Amino acid sequence: MSTGDEMPATAIYSEPVLRRVEVTTSRAADEFAERADDVKIKTQHVSIKYGEKVAVRDVSLTVQARSILALIGPSGSGKSTFLRCFNRMNDLIPGASVEGEVCLDGENVTDPDVSVVELRRRVGMVFQRPNPFPMSIYENVAYGPRRRGQNNRRALDQLVETSLKRAALWDEVKDDLRRKSGLALSGGQQQRLCIARVLATDPEVILMDEPASALDPVSTLRIEELMRELREAYTIVIVTHNMQQAARVSDVTAFFTMAEDRAGYLVEVGPTGRIFTRPNERLTEDYISGRFG
Amino acid sequence: MTTANPAVGRPGSPAPSLRRKASRGTILADRAATVVLWGTGVLVLAILGAIILHFAIAAWGVVSPSFVLDDPSDTVLGGIMPVLWNSLYILVLTMLIAVPVGILGGIYMSEYAGDNAVTSAIRFAEESISSVPSIVVGLFGLILFVDDFHWGFSALAGSLALTFFNLPLMTRLAEQALRAVPQEERNASLALGATKWQTIRHVVLPLAIPGLTTGVILTAGRVFGEAAVLLFTSGLGTPPHYDFTNLDLTNPASPWSPFRPATTLSVYIYKLNSEGLGAFKNQIVDGSAAILISMVLLFNLGARLIGRVLTRRLTAA
Repeated sequence: MSTGDEMPATAIYSEPVLRRVEVTTSRAADEFAERADDVKIKTQHVSIKYGEKVAVRDVSLTVQARSILALIGPSGSGKSTFLRCFNRMNDLIPGASVEGEVCLDGENVTDPDVSVVELRRRVGMVFQRPNPFPMSIYENVAYGPRRRGQNNRRALDQLVETSLKRAALWDEVKDDLRRKSGLALSGGQQQRLCIARVLATDPEVILMDEPASALDPVSTLRIEELMRELREAYTIVIVTHNMQQAARVSDVTAFFTMAEDRAGYLVEVGPTGRIFTRPNERLTEDYISGRFG
Repeated sequence: MTTANPAVGRPGSPAPSLRRKASRGTILADRAATVVLWGTGVLVLAILGAIILHFAIAAWGVVSPSFVLDDPSDTVLGGIMPVLWNSLYILVLTMLIAVPVGILGGIYMSEYAGDNAVTSAIRFAEESISSVPSIVVGLFGLILFVDDFHWGFSALAGSLALTFFNLPLMTRLAEQALRAVPQEERNASLALGATKWQTIRHVVLPLAIPGLTTGVILTAGRVFGEAAVLLFTSGLGTPPHYDFTNLDLTNPASPWSPFRPATTLSVYIYKLNSEGLGAFKNQIVDGSAAILISMVLLFNLGARLIGRVLTRRLTAA
């Protein structure tokens, strides 16, 4: 099958999705230019190694405050590894090392003096598989604040309520907050609970590692709607295998792929609309039009 | 394109019938495996059942409230109250030391120590101590606590020797219970900005309770049933009448004191059976064995129950 060279991306999208992409295209491009000085995260020449193996090579990009950056690319291209350097979760993997700078509000988080505890409060994370603690819904949301010494019952009640409301879960769970285990919820509800749990720690950045890949289509759409709402107040970086999802929710898209030595690297980054309609690189075009990966 | 199944993609050939029989050998092997595995399970149950049944019958007519509550006697059947008390006392004292230390050791081995020369050495030591004959551990306790420390035969000497003997097992079981907690749970907690210790305390330990309970039960079972270690450390004389109102812990006459000789139920059974002369010797041995088995079963059920309640309290699951 030959995909037309003029509009490669269009063939794989259904009509409504395509229209939304076009809307975000022009708007995101303008906003992108306008807010260029509002940089939340900036990485410079970031390389990540597992022992001797280079997993990510020399990635430099910036993330604007209150925007959604999507990291797309084939398996093994280092997207998730790159995501985990924003909250230093790579520290937990024996033998992993990070070179280069990852700056959050101008402060290099890879500096050994940085408190990972404080970093991870400001940069929250939602995992691929929903992983609520085997505790009540209430205790799941209160977990982060409690660990920082917040034990005032009224303050916690308030925090749990606002967090669950922001995560669009409150109405479904408000009647048995304390009795029901987080694990008794459906997959989509569990993932929103995990988002509420992150929101309760009052983060600035939220990292999402394929947050909807284990969910059904309806739950996926709810998570995507939620991300669009959260974008008003938070900076979001999402890893996704689902290109339509990247096209639907993100403002900026970064395309990663694997080099011949199996190290992941950044091919190009730009406003989502442009990446999906007029990518600069042949590799990107091949990937989004389904000819690769 | 090559496919594993030759029937696929070959238009002419018919699909293999679902009714086609597996070969006789395969069916026989399957049946044999079922029978052997069932048989093994039944055998394990049967052994436990036979032991319980034997002593239930043998102890019939011996075990009564007075047998549990009375002092031993040379002239009548009497009771086993002091030795039962000593068994419980040494069990509690040993577990008070072995369980917290074992869990702390398990936390270190599972969460902090990597795989290196030190941890290999610790694991080697754990396995070695566990397989040293218990009579040798008893002898070591005799030399160190009873003689060198001048404690004489005492409950404390017995408990410490038992701790030496059981700590490696408790540590190993605690380590395994903690390692069985999925890494994702730790990641979830750490990603929320919890410290390592907070993660262990609030996520890993509560989730490990069922495994830790198993560790406590296996350790306690060995403590309760152990005789060889205690022969040389807590003594094997017939205990005197215990006055439970005597709360002076430094007085060897007080049943609460750790510095008194404390013959336990297992040691008492060994002693009576090998050198007892009284007219009621056999009845007392059978009755004591029945009580010992009941105590172990009761303890196991109790520990499971407490483990379940703790899990529910700590995880609200």
